[in-house]
Amino acid sequence: MNWRAIFALVRKDLSIVRQSKAVMIPIIMVPVILVVVLPLGASLLLGNEAMMADFTDDMAVFFDNLPESIRDEIAPYQSESQQALYLLLVYQFAPLFLIVPLMMANVIAADSFVGERERKTLEALIHTPATDFEIYASKLLTAWIPALIVTLAGSVLYGLVVNVAAYPIIERVFFPTALWVVLIVWVAPAAAGLGLAAMVLVSSRVNTFQEAYQLSGLVVLPVVFLLVGQFAGLLYLSPALLIVGGLVLWGIDGALLWYGARSFQRGELIARL
Amino acid sequence: MEAVIQTNDLTRHFGDIVAVDALSLEIQRGEIFGLLGHNGAGKTTTVRLMNGVLNPTSGNVRVLGLSPVEQGAELRRRTGVLTETPALYEALSARANLTLFAEIYNLPKADVAQRVESMLAQFNLADRADEKVGGFSKGMKQRLALSRAFLHEPELLFLDEPTSGLDPIAARQVNDSILHASRDERRTVVLATHNLRDAQQMCDRVAVLEHGRLVALGKPAELARELVQARTVLFHVELSQAAQAEATLQDYAESVSTDDAGGALTAQGLVYDRIPDAVHALAIAGIRVYQVSPQEPTLEDVYFTLHQVDTEAS
Ligand SMILES: Nc1ncnc2c1ncn2[C@@H]1O[C@H](COP(=O)(O)OP(=O)(O)OP(=O)(O)O)[C@@H](O)[C@H]1O
Ligand SMILES: [Mg+2]
Repeated sequence: MNWRAIFALVRKDLSIVRQSKAVMIPIIMVPVILVVVLPLGASLLLGNEAMMADFTDDMAVFFDNLPESIRDEIAPYQSESQQALYLLLVYQFAPLFLIVPLMMANVIAADSFVGERERKTLEALIHTPATDFEIYASKLLTAWIPALIVTLAGSVLYGLVVNVAAYPIIERVFFPTALWVVLIVWVAPAAAGLGLAAMVLVSSRVNTFQEAYQLSGLVVLPVVFLLVGQFAGLLYLSPALLIVGGLVLWGIDGALLWYGARSFQRGELIARL
Repeated sequence: MEAVIQTNDLTRHFGDIVAVDALSLEIQRGEIFGLLGHNGAGKTTTVRLMNGVLNPTSGNVRVLGLSPVEQGAELRRRTGVLTETPALYEALSARANLTLFAEIYNLPKADVAQRVESMLAQFNLADRADEKVGGFSKGMKQRLALSRAFLHEPELLFLDEPTSGLDPIAARQVNDSILHASRDERRTVVLATHNLRDAQQMCDRVAVLEHGRLVALGKPAELARELVQARTVLFHVELSQAAQAEATLQDYAESVSTDDAGGALTAQGLVYDRIPDAVHALAIAGIRVYQVSPQEPTLEDVYFTLHQVDTEAS
């Protein structure tokens, strides 16, 4: 493995990505919305009593079926508003947060896998001694590394926003919880992997960045499933569930990325140029 | 003589299309070897097969003693390629483009900056080195792509239409660089081109491909003499006998024309072996012949002769 070539390629891809509006707009906007706008808005709105009452009505199913462990967790909070806001910020928003790594990895990979083909620069690269695997690995890292960095930065920001914005209601610093630590350290990187893997699968079947991006946007479906599932009181996130879920996700990533590596062959790529 | 490239019945299909059809040839070290042929004849595919980026459907190829199929990475360390489209990163500067490839080729770290600099200078790009390539003219892009092929001093160069789209001066410079690489640095050059005049002037040998098949192989001048029977021949005759000479020559040539002054005739499509017969006929008719000069056939004539044979056959 020629790591120097791999990192040179990663630097190249990143500096191209930085100049692409089609990539930069979603990867700035989505985290800002999910990590800042949403929790901030929720914390401010729920300060209003009428709003809070509506909200607790809407979430009745969710609150009624709370498992024992979560009841214990919110026991220290006396008022219903405190509990409701806590549950929203810690439990309801957790699946949404996973969209950050998922989407980041997905969009950047779209540019690096499909965009490179679309811009017809792949042929020169293919004629170099860089091996198929080195090129493949560089493209994975190009997407994965920034996804992790933004996820980490995003979680710090999320922590700041929720601790500060919710302070008037919750009246203490409560973030991060064990759930979020597992989410950030274990599940988010795997979610980034899924975003990547989805793009690797899609990339060989489409010809343009836009097509790839739209098609592989379907990877947010598991997140929607988690979100709706919790909302309907069908499942509740817990560190244990996340550890197991993360493990499954890593397994899926591994399998898909391995399959992707096997099919990433210059002979195949060039025949499709 | 040492064969740098050897192919044996090399064949590549794309579905029903046979892009390269049982190609067998040898290319020697230090040669400039031309690959000629119509659009879609299989030149680019041949280059891809030789550099191990595409696998053959059948047949063998060995390049620099290596198997492109199995030792592709090792082979590509020693080859440099100018692809048909420049394939440059337009969002990066010229310098960044070259530096990237210097790192991929694993040039010693200490040499990278200097090597990149000298390539930029050699290809007249030094003053625009830090501008984004997207803003370059076609010729500048082509020169940058060419400098990238030369960057790691490969012993074997594959150049796919290096002068296409260049102005005459830029084309001359590019050709000079290729000649320099071959004559002074003993690099082997495989040159795919549509420019027959360039090929004639620069190539030691050429291969003409047609629908993937090798239809001619050899030194340009020899090929021309062997393959092109019909010549253009200039005759100088006694001024007053020009019309009579024209009539006589009509029997031997495809067309005959007389210049304005009258004494000079140009016979086109006169078969080489029949020149003496034509001269004899002129003499018998009592025409005073001062000069007979058959024109040397060019690669262009070869090309058109081959093409004609093909269209007649099919
Ligand atoms: N990836 C591919 N998929 C399908 N057909 C291909 C592919 N690559 C080449 N071909 C076909 O193979 C034949 C040879 O193509 P190639 O590009 O090698 O020709 P060429 O001599 O380089 O032509 P040109 O002078 O136009 O560059 C053509 O008929 C082409 O359509
Ligand atoms: Mg071609």
